Amino acid sequence: MKYTPMEPYQYKESYSPKSFPEFKSARQNHAVQRVQSLDELFAKIQLQDGMTISFHHHLRNGDAVMNLMLDEIIRRGIKDLTVAASSVFPVHTSLAKAIEANFVTQVVTAYMSGAVADAVSEGKCLYPCVMQTHGGRALSIESKKLKIDVAFIAAPAMDHQGNLSGRQGRAACGSLGYAIADAYYADTVVAITDTVEPLNHIDIPYICVDAMLTVDSIGDPAGIVSGTTRITKDPVGLAIAKKTVELMDAAGFIRDGLSFQTGAGGISLAVAASLHQKLKEKKVVGSFASGGITGTLVDMFEQGLFEKLYDVQCFDLSAVASIEKNKNHIAISASQYGNPYNPDNIVDRLDVVILGASEIDLDFNVNVTTGFDHRILGGSGGHADTAYGSKFAIIVSKLVSSRISVVVDRVTTITTPGDTVDALVTDYGIAIHPRHSELLEQLKKTTRLPMVSMKELLDIANQLCGTPQLIHPKEKVVALMEYRDLSLLDVIHQCDDSL
Amino acid sequence: MNRPIRTGIAGTLESNDCQVTVEPSHDDTVTIRLESVVKARFGHQIEKAIRDTCDQMQLTGATVSVNDKGALDFTIKARVETAVKRSL
Repeated sequence: MKYTPMEPYQYKESYSPKSFPEFKSARQNHAVQRVQSLDELFAKIQLQDGMTISFHHHLRNGDAVMNLMLDEIIRRGIKDLTVAASSVFPVHTSLAKAIEANFVTQVVTAYMSGAVADAVSEGKCLYPCVMQTHGGRALSIESKKLKIDVAFIAAPAMDHQGNLSGRQGRAACGSLGYAIADAYYADTVVAITDTVEPLNHIDIPYICVDAMLTVDSIGDPAGIVSGTTRITKDPVGLAIAKKTVELMDAAGFIRDGLSFQTGAGGISLAVAASLHQKLKEKKVVGSFASGGITGTLVDMFEQGLFEKLYDVQCFDLSAVASIEKNKNHIAISASQYGNPYNPDNIVDRLDVVILGASEIDLDFNVNVTTGFDHRILGGSGGHADTAYGSKFAIIVSKLVSSRISVVVDRVTTITTPGDTVDALVTDYGIAIHPRHSELLEQLKKTTRLPMVSMKELLDIANQLCGTPQLIHPKEKVVALMEYRDLSLLDVIHQCDDSL
Repeated sequence: MNRPIRTGIAGTLESNDCQVTVEPSHDDTVTIRLESVVKARFGHQIEKAIRDTCDQMQLTGATVSVNDKGALDFTIKARVETAVKRSL
């Protein structure tokens, strides 16, 4: 039985808290077994055809662990596995190989790009993949709807007892937030490391871990974190960022206690830089910034513009350095980040989130999962989680790039429902969701912000680009879009690769 | 009619631009070769923009190759016009 969302999506005002018991904290006399080789490891874990295995993506495009394990699985001929990976990157070519030969027959993940995304889009995976959100993934694991038989956790450093840390070792990546649910809820947990030494801080305790394996390298540090994250130099992008901060100010969000999240994309980072100026100017101190943490946010935090950073994933080296030295730079799990039923989830406490889009339609539905040709190019990550939780979710984008308009009649795939999106800021004006009609009137009266409707933006784009020809996918469903509450939001059809 | 006597090139391969190459050919027609990142969506419109510009310039005996990176029509027309002028 493969993993599948069943209930159709329906907007919910709120989710009442639930708790999800795990048994590992109560383990007594637990000892982590050290294995010396892949042979010894596979003899211990007894991986069977049809099982579900999991991986986290903190090593991102530098990860060597997923390929190492899948190569071994292919060598051993273990078939029909489900891979539940928090995200999949171009480096994961062994997973693509395993899919094409039916060693892996389903992928459950929050983001995929590269060879695996192509294999899935072209209909090569036997069962439909499930595209989750970061918070939804944590919920699916904690509620045991997604039952993980074996979790393989790449750990940058481990001590002799088997405790794990993301903050030491040559592949240090900071927070291990996406691996926490796997560690506490998988039947068997295997930790793989290249560094065994005493730890300054424990991210995952040994009681979660069943076996540990030391390898030469768990990944290439150059692919794990970027040395520096760069703000866009494009004047159009910078102008969008400036207008976005003006919008936040006019809507009343720039005040003490502001909580904020932004992505690592060029324009999103520029918004953080503009916000930095604005907070200083108005002498305002925010309560926290969250998410994937970048150097831009670390700078603001270290200059006292935010009291705390909640970090589920470090995006660059300065975030990794900060989480090691700053007490109020706090590592959180994916469940604390975005599980809708977690009473303390961070996204519900967000005022403003800045997000990207590859498409946004007249109903404010956003697509960051597929291109216009139905090919999978990414996925929600925390997009749908933060849009739901935040008071004000702002999409930032140029209206047109490379003749493709971000505003469309109807998105190819719904990643984030329009019910949870509040505004779009483009170089051709700002559109506000009709549910904020009072705010729109106020902005028109009291500011000089260029307010437009989504329809006006679509008309401008069509004038510039011409009306695009529709591209029809094939019939086969290759992936299911699972909303953060595990309902079914949309489906993705096989792309027509003759184009 | 205008017939190219040498190769004329205009434009770049940056996003939102296109590179146009106009070369002499042996007959009295204009052959258009289009490569585009948005061919599936806008191929016909882009070919029309190229064809219209060539007609306006009374071009003949030429092969016009366009490598498009998502340029808008006015960019395509300007690049074609310049490449044609450089080939004459």
